[in-house]
Amino acid sequence: MNIIVCLKQVPSTTEVKIDPKTNTLIRQGIKSIVNPLDSYALEESVRLKERYGSRVTAISMGPPQATEMLRDAISSGADDAILLSDIAFAGSDTLATSTTLAKAIVKIKNYDLVICGRQTLDGDTGQVGPEIAEMLGIPFIAYVNKIEEIANGKLRVQRMVEDGYETIETSLPAVITVVKEINVPRMPSLRGLTKAKSAQIPTWTTQEINAEKETVGQAGSATWVVKVFYPQRVQLAEMLKGDPETQAKALVEKLREAKLI
Amino acid sequence: MEYFLTEQQKTLKSLARRIAEEKVLPVRAELDEKEEFPWEIIKTLADSDLFRIFVPEQYDGMGSSSLDLCLVVEELSKVCSGVAVSYAATALGAYAILLYGNEEQKQKYLPAIAAGKRLAAFGLTEPTAGSDVSNIKTTAEKTPEGYVLNGTKQFITNGGEAEIYTIIAVTDKSKGARGASAFIVEKGTPGFTFGKKEKKMGIRSSSTRELIFRNCLIPAENILSKEGMGFVVSMRVLDHSRPGISAQALGIAQGALEAAVDYTRQRVQFDQPLISLPVVQYKLAEMAMQVEAARALVYSVAKTIDSGAKNFTEESAMAKVFASDVAMRVTTDAVQICGGAGYMRDYPLEKMMRDAKITQIYEGSNEVLHSAIAMELRKRKGRRE
Repeated sequence: MNIIVCLKQVPSTTEVKIDPKTNTLIRQGIKSIVNPLDSYALEESVRLKERYGSRVTAISMGPPQATEMLRDAISSGADDAILLSDIAFAGSDTLATSTTLAKAIVKIKNYDLVICGRQTLDGDTGQVGPEIAEMLGIPFIAYVNKIEEIANGKLRVQRMVEDGYETIETSLPAVITVVKEINVPRMPSLRGLTKAKSAQIPTWTTQEINAEKETVGQAGSATWVVKVFYPQRVQLAEMLKGDPETQAKALVEKLREAKLI
Repeated sequence: MEYFLTEQQKTLKSLARRIAEEKVLPVRAELDEKEEFPWEIIKTLADSDLFRIFVPEQYDGMGSSSLDLCLVVEELSKVCSGVAVSYAATALGAYAILLYGNEEQKQKYLPAIAAGKRLAAFGLTEPTAGSDVSNIKTTAEKTPEGYVLNGTKQFITNGGEAEIYTIIAVTDKSKGARGASAFIVEKGTPGFTFGKKEKKMGIRSSSTRELIFRNCLIPAENILSKEGMGFVVSMRVLDHSRPGISAQALGIAQGALEAAVDYTRQRVQFDQPLISLPVVQYKLAEMAMQVEAARALVYSVAKTIDSGAKNFTEESAMAKVFASDVAMRVTTDAVQICGGAGYMRDYPLEKMMRDAKITQIYEGSNEVLHSAIAMELRKRKGRRE
C-alpha cells in the first residue's frame, strides 16, 4: 500500500504580522514549523506503514526552505519526500494549491491513500483536502479520528461529527483529513535522522507535474486577498465603582434596565 | 567549549535534548513525587533508537561508543537524572554481555536490548557486600540440570522493571574473590522474585529493589565467560559504566547551573537582579568553571575508552569522583544562591541536590575509587623502578 501525506510549512506563531502594502504575511524573522495538524497526518501514515507495511511519501508545496521540513518528515518515518516548488506557484489560493498537489499525486501514480491535516494554522480554510479528492475524482472523508481497518481495497474509519462519531467505509484510493485526536506524534529516531540527512529530496516544478501555467499560483487562483485587517479593539466594559453593596445595587439596576431580570 | 563532536554525535545530543525538554520536563516533578518508573519515557527513548547506541551494529545496534552514551545521559540528566539512570542502567546490565558474552548469548539478548524492548540490570551489591565485593553470599551451585542460585541482591537499579539481569554469585567458596562467577538470569525464571522497593532520597523515579533467589535453576549456558571470572567481569563492567555515571553527575550540575542563572537573572533584591551582585557572580563563575572542567574530563575519558584503550580503571574512576563531587557542590551552591526558592519543591533545584548525592555513592563510592586511583599510582611507580 502506498500512502501520500501532504504537509505544509507554516509560521510557528499565531500572532503573525501582515505587510500593509502587499497584504501578505511577514515571514522574515519567524521560525517555520510543520503545520501542527499535518504532523498527525504524518504520524498516522507511519503507523499505517508499521501496521500494513506500506510506503509513505511526504509532499509539500512551498519555497526551497520547506525541504528541511520534509527532512524532518523522513526522520519521523516517511520513506521519501518530494518538494513542489516553482516561482509560478507563488500566491496560490486553496484551489491552485489543490491543483498543484493533485497534479503531483497523479504523477506519483501509485497511491492508495492520501492523508492531510484537517486544516492549516495560517490559512485555516480546511479546503485543500476535499479539493484534492474532487480533482482526483476519488472518495473523501473529513475529521477522521481513528482508522479502524484497511482490508480488501476498503478503508473503514471513525470520524468526528458535531454530536458524536460516524463509522464510514469507502473504497480505495481515497483522501482523508485527520484531527488531532487520532494519535500522538512521535519523536524522530536516530536512524531516521541519519537517513534524513542524506536523503535526496527532488523538487518538482510546474513542468514536472504537467500543469498548465494558468492553473497554478496566482494565475490559477479563484480568489485573491483584497484587504487584510486586524479587528478593531473596542472597550465596551463599564466598571462599577463603590463598595460591594453599592456595586451590587448598581449591577441589579443595570440588569433591570436591560430587561435581563 | 569546542569538543569536536562528530555530526552524528551532534544529532544524537540534540535528539536527547529534545526528548528531555518535550517529554521529561513536563512530568519530572510528578515522577519524583510519585516515585513512578518512567515507562512512557523509556518507550520514547526506545522508539528514538537511543538504546541502540551502546550495542554494536551486528546486534541491531548503532555502534558502541562511550562518548555517545555520555552525551545522551548528560542531556537527560540536565532535566531528570532519575529518568537518565533508568535508561543508563540497561547499558550497565548489557555491558557484561557485550564484554564477556559468547556469540549465542549476544545474539539472544542484545537485539532486544538495542530495540529497548527488554531492559537490563546488573546485580552485584548484597546486604553484606557493598564496597567489599569479595564478601558476596549469593551462591550458584552447579548441578546436572544447570546452576542453582540462592541469595539476595540489594539496591539493584531497574530491579523489577528489567527483564535481563547480570548476576554475580559464588561458585566456589574456597577461592574467595576468584570463586565468583557472572550469570544471565531472566525475569520470570522460577525461584527469582523481587523484594522491597526502596524509598530513596533522590533519583526517585528510578526503581531500586531487592532480587531474591530461592533455588532458582538457570541453564548452564547462562554463565558469562567461565567459572571464577565474576570478579573480573564486575570490575571491567564498572570501568565501562562509570563514565555514564560521570555524565549523569555532569548533567545534574549543568542543569543546576542553568536553573540558578535563570533565577538570579529574574530575582530582584536591593533594586537589582541577583546576578548583578558580586557575591552571586563569584559563585556562578565558580560553578561554571567546575562544570566545564568536569565535562572536559568526562569526555576525555570516554574518548580514551572509544580509542580502544585496554586499561582505564584509573581514568574512569577519576571522571566519576570528580564529576560527582562537582555535582554535589554545584547543586548545593545553586540552592544556596536561589535561597528560599532553591529550597522549595516548586523549583527544580532541591531535587537536583537530592539527586546529586547518589552519584558520589553508587558504582563505587568515591572513597573506594580514591583507593583505586592511588593503587594505580603505586603500581605504575612500582613498574618504573
